[in-house]
Amino acid sequence: MSVSWKLGGLMLGLVFFAAMLLVKPIGMSTEFVVFDGVIWDMINPDIVVVGADGPTSSNAYLNGVAKSVANPLNYGVVFVLATMLGAGVSAALRGAYGGGGVVPSLWAANFGASSVKRFAGAFLGGFIVLYGARLAGGCTSGHMMSGMSQTSVSGFIFAAGAFLVAIPTAMILFKQEG
Amino acid sequence: MQLFIALVVGAAFGAVLDRIGATNPSVLGRMLALRALGLMKAIILAIGVALLLTFAGQMTGIVDVGHMSVKTAYVGVFLGGMLLGFDWALSGYCPGTGLCALASGRRDALFFVAGGLLGAFAYIQSYDAVKATGLLEPILGGKVTIGAVPGSKFGALFPGLPGDIVGIVLGLVFIAVAFVLPEGRAGDRAATVPAE
Repeated sequence: MSVSWKLGGLMLGLVFFAAMLLVKPIGMSTEFVVFDGVIWDMINPDIVVVGADGPTSSNAYLNGVAKSVANPLNYGVVFVLATMLGAGVSAALRGAYGGGGVVPSLWAANFGASSVKRFAGAFLGGFIVLYGARLAGGCTSGHMMSGMSQTSVSGFIFAAGAFLVAIPTAMILFKQEG
Repeated sequence: MQLFIALVVGAAFGAVLDRIGATNPSVLGRMLALRALGLMKAIILAIGVALLLTFAGQMTGIVDVGHMSVKTAYVGVFLGGMLLGFDWALSGYCPGTGLCALASGRRDALFFVAGGLLGAFAYIQSYDAVKATGLLEPILGGKVTIGAVPGSKFGALFPGLPGDIVGIVLGLVFIAVAFVLPEGRAGDRAATVPAE
């Protein structure tokens, strides 16, 4: 069973507050960099090395998360994995595991039922979404939800950029009702 | 203890995202096309509730101000937001909901996450070049909140404004907006989350 916007919004707000009260604000996109770093370090163990000052990386950007790459069993990684677990169990409990088909209905109504086309769109989407999120320094969770919940100026800048483009794009792409 | 909190709060976050329809690209697409705003109302209400509780909690000493984590403002935040916005609309996923959708058995989300890992890797590789453009230089004071939050290590865009009061007022405004916003446009289908 899905919930009303009132109950859903209240619960989502309580989750963001709980994270802030107990540890720190929620963020998701940093962990993509950590996962990349873990994979990269498996292929090339020299990319993150543990020295006297702790883990460091020769790559300037990865150096910022070198500690997490060297020891992935940390708060941020466990939080993301738990989020996935919670979503999966919740979907299964309401009998919606699998999403009711490979191609979402709104996409199918506008671009057809081809799964290859959808997979290509999702792949391209993931690439640009994460590139954009890293350029911005956060995503919908970290910048928009957590940022605006703290009256952070960067959160409002991010939300303005995201909605300024996302709303006209969706209006043009999805004219047909799914 | 922190890992236990990550497990509990993380699982709750994922379950709520699933129940409000945020992991369903069709619900997200209808929201961004401004046809069904139930999810938008939920998100705005959530930010309002979080604002209200966070700053009321800080004023009463229940919430540690040190837990705040304010990100730097720079031109790239706006540009990155626009890039994310375009493909958020196209794919129907953002980083968090894409991972949740993958865990919910949506096969297209596997491609989103794979693309995401590659996109993040592309940013790691291009970081030096991006930095050289100056897009990452702090603007408006960098790590700042709107007003000055008592006890916070972050600066303020308007140092004369009390940051905690700003937070509470803004929280009330967000909650009011969530209630005032219509669920769907007249003549369109009801904004309820489909069983899909």
